[in-house]
Amino acid sequence: MPSRRQLLSGAAVLLAHAGANRLVGGAAFAAADDLNPAALPAGAREGGVLDTLPGKKPLIKRLYRAPNYETPISVFSEPYTPNDQFFVRWHLSNIPEVNPAEWRLTIGGDGATAPFELSLAQLASDFEQVEVTAVCQCAGNRRGLSNPNVMGIQWGNGAMGNARWSGVRLKDILAKAGLGSDVIEIAFNGGETGAIEETPDYVKSIPVWKALDENTIIATRMNGEALPHWNGFPARIVVPGWVATFWIKQVTDIRALTKPQGGYWMEKAYRIPVGTYSASDRFPTQQNDKNTPITEMVVNSLITNLHDGGTLAVGKPFDVRGIAWDGGYGIAVVDVSTDGGQSWRPAQLGEDLGRFAWRQWSFQLTPAAAGRYAIMARATNTQGESQVSKLIFSPSGYHNNVIQTVAVEAA
Amino acid sequence: MMNIGVNSLLASVFLLASLSATRADESDFVLKQTPGVDVVEGNCAACHSLDMIQMNYPVQDEKGWAETVGKMVRVMGAPISEDDQKLIIAYLAANYSK
Repeated sequence: MPSRRQLLSGAAVLLAHAGANRLVGGAAFAAADDLNPAALPAGAREGGVLDTLPGKKPLIKRLYRAPNYETPISVFSEPYTPNDQFFVRWHLSNIPEVNPAEWRLTIGGDGATAPFELSLAQLASDFEQVEVTAVCQCAGNRRGLSNPNVMGIQWGNGAMGNARWSGVRLKDILAKAGLGSDVIEIAFNGGETGAIEETPDYVKSIPVWKALDENTIIATRMNGEALPHWNGFPARIVVPGWVATFWIKQVTDIRALTKPQGGYWMEKAYRIPVGTYSASDRFPTQQNDKNTPITEMVVNSLITNLHDGGTLAVGKPFDVRGIAWDGGYGIAVVDVSTDGGQSWRPAQLGEDLGRFAWRQWSFQLTPAAAGRYAIMARATNTQGESQVSKLIFSPSGYHNNVIQTVAVEAA
Repeated sequence: MMNIGVNSLLASVFLLASLSATRADESDFVLKQTPGVDVVEGNCAACHSLDMIQMNYPVQDEKGWAETVGKMVRVMGAPISEDDQKLIIAYLAANYSK
């Protein structure tokens, strides 16, 4: 039995969730399906406990070391995901505590004729400061919902968040490095390393055109504050529209390359079968005849204030709320069904926070009669791409944008 | 407004209380204590916490675990002897397979 002290502590968490949700009912359901969707592997559900990393509020623990923690979806009722509730994802277990006074960013590579180095102070004072609101989503978000299940971090829906990222444009930095016309990729290395020397360092590259996009930045701030340690203090790469595998944390090294970046993390990991998905951003210098790097996020949505098994009151209006996002084209419409997909009506879209941000939406439902309501949400972006009704299976559990169904009872 | 029974609210409070009261630690998770567990703990925990195994149950069969162990050795550089690799795969197949 929990002690009274523990009980109060738990109740405080419950109320914190209720605050985000403005719904005690939604918070209560958060206790089960919000933390660990029923479709997750049994061991992932058992291990998916709330745990508090230093400086963070309780998050759903997926793996203690390297630290991998996801955000409870009730938090996504906020337009911007608070820094202390933002998901945490590291590949390798040695994560340095960075001394900002000693931190240096090196810009070089075989395609740069004028390599140089920057301190954090120079990064703040020598370049124009810009801000972009963008969804940061782990490539493997929802891996745990894959059917069949695949090996890896068994994420539910919470390996993502939306934040205001500020810092300097990567193109402004690269403009000083004397890039040759033969540069094809820009590579990044960050602080994390493996527990043993033999483990491949986590190095990632992006095509030079994406590196020169004005929205790709080196962020030093998140939601107006310094980056949390767990999210890449003192500086991380932000690649709006693309999955977070490229958003290198604690970045120390930027290299302009005339040959493709090699290594396990580019050549083997984070790849999808060629020709399977509709996303149009390609990474041709890393593609082979079988697979290609995962790049853009696919159009997707999430219901954030209802959970399977929830109850609604007959005759009382209820606002179904959620979020929708894509790879940066912008959300055109979110359709909602309350009858298991037989009929659809458009939801009301919230404020447009920018094309790389998620879009909040709401849909008022007044249950006319008692019974089961299968509530579904389907986002469509400005390119006409919609979520799929059946999972497109990926061997690594990527790009799961199956239309979600939440079954509730009206009574 | 949503309606929710007092019982389910209390159940939720208890569940959250049991999960959130303190900072957990990777030693809070203990693998099944069956033959081979010492070899698994002695090798795998050098680089990652052992709840990686729990999280991926029941995702893999013996073949899948053999691939994972092989990847840890060949790709991630884990210095695990061939004998230990066999013991680890046998342990995972017996205790954490679908």
